[in-house]
Amino acid sequence: MVKTELNIEQIRKDFPILHQEVNGKPLVYFDNAASTQKPKVVIDRVADYYSNEHSNIHRGVHSLSAAATEEYELSRKTVQAHFNAKFDHEIVFNKGTTDGINLVANGFAKSFLKEGDEVLVSELEHHSNIVPWQMACEQTGAKLKVIPITDSGEWIMEEFHNLLSDRTKIIAVNHVSNALGTMNPITDVIEAAHSKGIPVLLDGAQAVPHMAVDVQALDCDFYVMSGHKLFGPTGVGVLYGKEEWLNKLPPYQGGGDMIKTVSFEKTTYNELPFKFEAGTPNIAGVIGLKTAIDYVNEIGLDAIADYEQELLEYGTEKLSQIEGLKIYGTAKNKASVISFLLDGIHPYDAGTILDKLGIAVRTGHHCTQPVMTRFGIPGTVRASFAFYNTKEEIDALYEGLLRVKKMFS
Amino acid sequence: MMSINERQDELIEEFSMFDDWMEKYEYIIDMGKDVSGLTEELKSDDYLVRGCQSRVWLIPAQENGILQFQADSDAIITKGIVGMVVRVLNNSSADEILKSDLYFVDKIGLKEHLSPTRSNGLVSMIKKIKTYALAYSAKAI
Repeated sequence: MVKTELNIEQIRKDFPILHQEVNGKPLVYFDNAASTQKPKVVIDRVADYYSNEHSNIHRGVHSLSAAATEEYELSRKTVQAHFNAKFDHEIVFNKGTTDGINLVANGFAKSFLKEGDEVLVSELEHHSNIVPWQMACEQTGAKLKVIPITDSGEWIMEEFHNLLSDRTKIIAVNHVSNALGTMNPITDVIEAAHSKGIPVLLDGAQAVPHMAVDVQALDCDFYVMSGHKLFGPTGVGVLYGKEEWLNKLPPYQGGGDMIKTVSFEKTTYNELPFKFEAGTPNIAGVIGLKTAIDYVNEIGLDAIADYEQELLEYGTEKLSQIEGLKIYGTAKNKASVISFLLDGIHPYDAGTILDKLGIAVRTGHHCTQPVMTRFGIPGTVRASFAFYNTKEEIDALYEGLLRVKKMFS
Repeated sequence: MMSINERQDELIEEFSMFDDWMEKYEYIIDMGKDVSGLTEELKSDDYLVRGCQSRVWLIPAQENGILQFQADSDAIITKGIVGMVVRVLNNSSADEILKSDLYFVDKIGLKEHLSPTRSNGLVSMIKKIKTYALAYSAKAI
């Protein structure tokens, strides 16, 4: 197959925010794992929606409401197609990944978990895929079990298999690690889980910007993601759930839109997906997300993945030249994330100086304190690349780090 | 003895000789390295001021109505700024500390480090110093 070469110069023109100076230096934005920037088409779509199309959706008799509803539901179909879900009612819009995990964890606490049951997560999880399950366990007396990781930041699969038991009621793990970039062997996990009838939730927050995800091919039971990490607006996300699971889960929040009938004696709930969409949703966000997905697909996720791997290889090779720099997360399969420390230099110090040089990286524990504890470090500096980043920007990071080293030596 | 504001003005004066941010940060880093810091056993959770990005330890002491703080941080830049805050506030009475306004941070161009969003422990440390001062001042009455 011939690789599609991306025209990065052209792509960068689509992102207005990239063309600015920060602290007098051209911005180098390497904090994409925290949030990605928005192409102009997305910004325009949201502005246009508010300027010309806004109205509350569903049940409106007037034209504006009907048109807004249509756009909102069209976005659902786009998301369905993008992730290859079987039905559009398997797509639930929400605030984001955290919201989606909380919905499922709450439902499991209410309906499926009891004392002695187990929930399996991994040592690599973001706090948002730990805490909701801890809360569910506290409520029900279930136990949280953890798949440990190797020094390279990969799950110890033997341990995973040992941890699976009749008591395991759900496995909730990330597709790609936000702290280290590890692409996890989720197909093996799903296969092993399903052989024991255990459902699997995948936290896809860090996967969706980097690769095409097919939920039917993966056969996962739940998949959660955030729009803002996929070049879309903040405050909007998606929970995919297999129809049978979403039907089994109780509603998460009560309110408008999620009901069929309400009386003081008894309320009946709406069908999927509205059962899980209480209240007026982030309509503009949902509509903007459709534009973001269309934009990404126009460029092509396979081409994006290829280019990002090129950046990852280049960056890994370049940063490894710096004496005293240690990369955390050296898995064979990685997304374009490099987490590292300079010997004896605190990540806050490094991040502060890089910021002065116009380079935006994330420093700290990246909401994965167990990972940092595992490696015995306070945190890392994390440079995460998107397809609008360039090798020249990686060179700027390299130069910046040399300067950091000099300043703190 | 110099007042809090005199000590702040002295620091502002010291920083006025730097032309760019690099020199300023190099000076802060040097100060961070010079701060004697706390021994490992004193860096305990009892004295820890939690910050997400960097951690600060603060130990208060009081003698004859005069407060003395010892502080440390795991990040050098934070440690340098912590050292300046302690230099400005030490040798003052609880009341002087309670009334103080730390304008020097802004004046020397380090305001960003005092933003709560930085979560480097500095804001919490200053709050904690004032809480200690309040406690000592209440005891004095």
